Amino acid sequence: MAEQFYETAKVISKEIIAKDIYKLVLKADKIANSAKAGQFVLVYPHLSDKKLGRPISICDWDKDNGTITLCYRVTGENTGTREFSSYCENDEVRILGPLGNGFPMADGNILIIGGGLGIFPLLGLSKTLTGKKTIALGFREEIFLMRDFNEYGDLIVATETGITDSFKGNIVQALREEGNRYEVIYACGPTPMLKAVKEFAAEQSAICYLSLEERMACGIGACLACVCKSKEIDGHTNVKNKRVCKEGPVFEAHEIEF
Amino acid sequence: MNKKIDTKINIAGIEFKNPIMTASGTFGSGMEYADFVDLNELGAVITKGVSAIPWEGNPTPRVAETPSGMLNAIGLQNPGVEVFINRDLEFLKQFDVRIIVNVCGKTIEDYLKVVRALAGTGADMLEINISCPNVKAGALSFGQEPKVVEEITKKIKKEAKQPVIMKLTPNVTDIREIAKAAEAGGADAISLINTITGMKIDIWKRKFALANKTGGLSGPAIHPVAVRMVYDCARTVKIPIIGMGGVESGEDAIELMLAGATAVAVGTSNFYRPDNAIRVLDEMAEVMEKQEVSDIKEFINGVS
Repeated sequence: MAEQFYETAKVISKEIIAKDIYKLVLKADKIANSAKAGQFVLVYPHLSDKKLGRPISICDWDKDNGTITLCYRVTGENTGTREFSSYCENDEVRILGPLGNGFPMADGNILIIGGGLGIFPLLGLSKTLTGKKTIALGFREEIFLMRDFNEYGDLIVATETGITDSFKGNIVQALREEGNRYEVIYACGPTPMLKAVKEFAAEQSAICYLSLEERMACGIGACLACVCKSKEIDGHTNVKNKRVCKEGPVFEAHEIEF
Repeated sequence: MNKKIDTKINIAGIEFKNPIMTASGTFGSGMEYADFVDLNELGAVITKGVSAIPWEGNPTPRVAETPSGMLNAIGLQNPGVEVFINRDLEFLKQFDVRIIVNVCGKTIEDYLKVVRALAGTGADMLEINISCPNVKAGALSFGQEPKVVEEITKKIKKEAKQPVIMKLTPNVTDIREIAKAAEAGGADAISLINTITGMKIDIWKRKFALANKTGGLSGPAIHPVAVRMVYDCARTVKIPIIGMGGVESGEDAIELMLAGATAVAVGTSNFYRPDNAIRVLDEMAEVMEKQEVSDIKEFINGVS
């Protein structure tokens, strides 16, 4: 079993990349050293009334410098994420990770699909996967991390309003219009998007990996809060539930039911 | 822990190397926590509830954060007693730690099936969960009716090969009546408190935060309720009490012992500090040193 570490990380830098969206670079040697694309960490607020760790996907990591990059949205006032957005260089924060299975590596004609905040774990994936990649990103109104993704593949961008030459509509519609075929599809984003991606991949007979999200408490598979419905009886839970934090967050589309 | 201090406690003739246990449902069967906690250092692991057959549990979302705590409505998802015995119990038996198996069911016969299956398996004690607010038999959970509690305790005691702990719900008018009923039924010990029923509503979506609508409140928010109820029960029954409810620090654990608990379980704080059970033990040792307490049993019922 992959090792997980509970460590006190130090803030290296913090920047705002879009409205309410922040990028936090943390010095966390052990986690950086064993992180894989698609894994996540729990970040524990200092606030005395906010106890649970916030699951945040690892956007990028640097083994040499022992750092991990986390991107997250501030969800409101008096929240854990608001606290994280107030951190300054050298501040310390407790974190647990790397958690979850991460994306399996594949080759062939690859499509990476991200929606909204779901694009974050796909940056590390885009960086890690070698070979030809198309990266399709869907946003509501504001586009972010475009330049970072641009380095790793051909971009297709969709927004609800069609700003800055993007396709107006959802990202799966954009892909259908484009009409290309893919062998392997990776996706992370809101559930309606994942459902559409699952269908899209089935039409193309592509292998499809979906990264799911669910409310969780422990992050390590003990509390059984973050389960998703599975097609078959799961080897660990012995029921048709899989733990998103442990067996996931990445599943092959055919393994799970929405 | 410091070797000069005596941390041993005894419940129903079973010795525990220290009073710190992990509360049911917050620690799995220890497997997931073994990276962060040396299980050999714990007084006991109280496992997640196990039923006669596998249970799927409730729909998601199953948890929601609340001020200094959380609500959960997992619905006692578990792999069933057969897998539990062959996998979870086998895992725990590798360690030098007492094993308390939490038993759940929907009917008395369900409980008895699990109790029978656990005979001779290496489980040191059984904790009978008659108090899960997320699983109901009719309108009330088993643990809300003194007569039912006495009856179920008697039936389980008749068949159990290990000492029996009845786990009480705080969702009653007077928990002392339930404690008395467990004692009258022959329970070897009681544990309390389970979670307090609560609800959270998202005002923007006008939706319940939990798919189950209601859930059990746990975490530091409920600690004072636990202290009060342990105190009340300790003055009502003679059988030992395992105290639990929002224990985050060594001070919290000592508080429950002073109120009357013989042992203390660390629960929700495992979720947000994976090494917390050990931290609680270390902090207890620090307090003992400061207060020049050499035997941890001095704390039991020590409030005046």
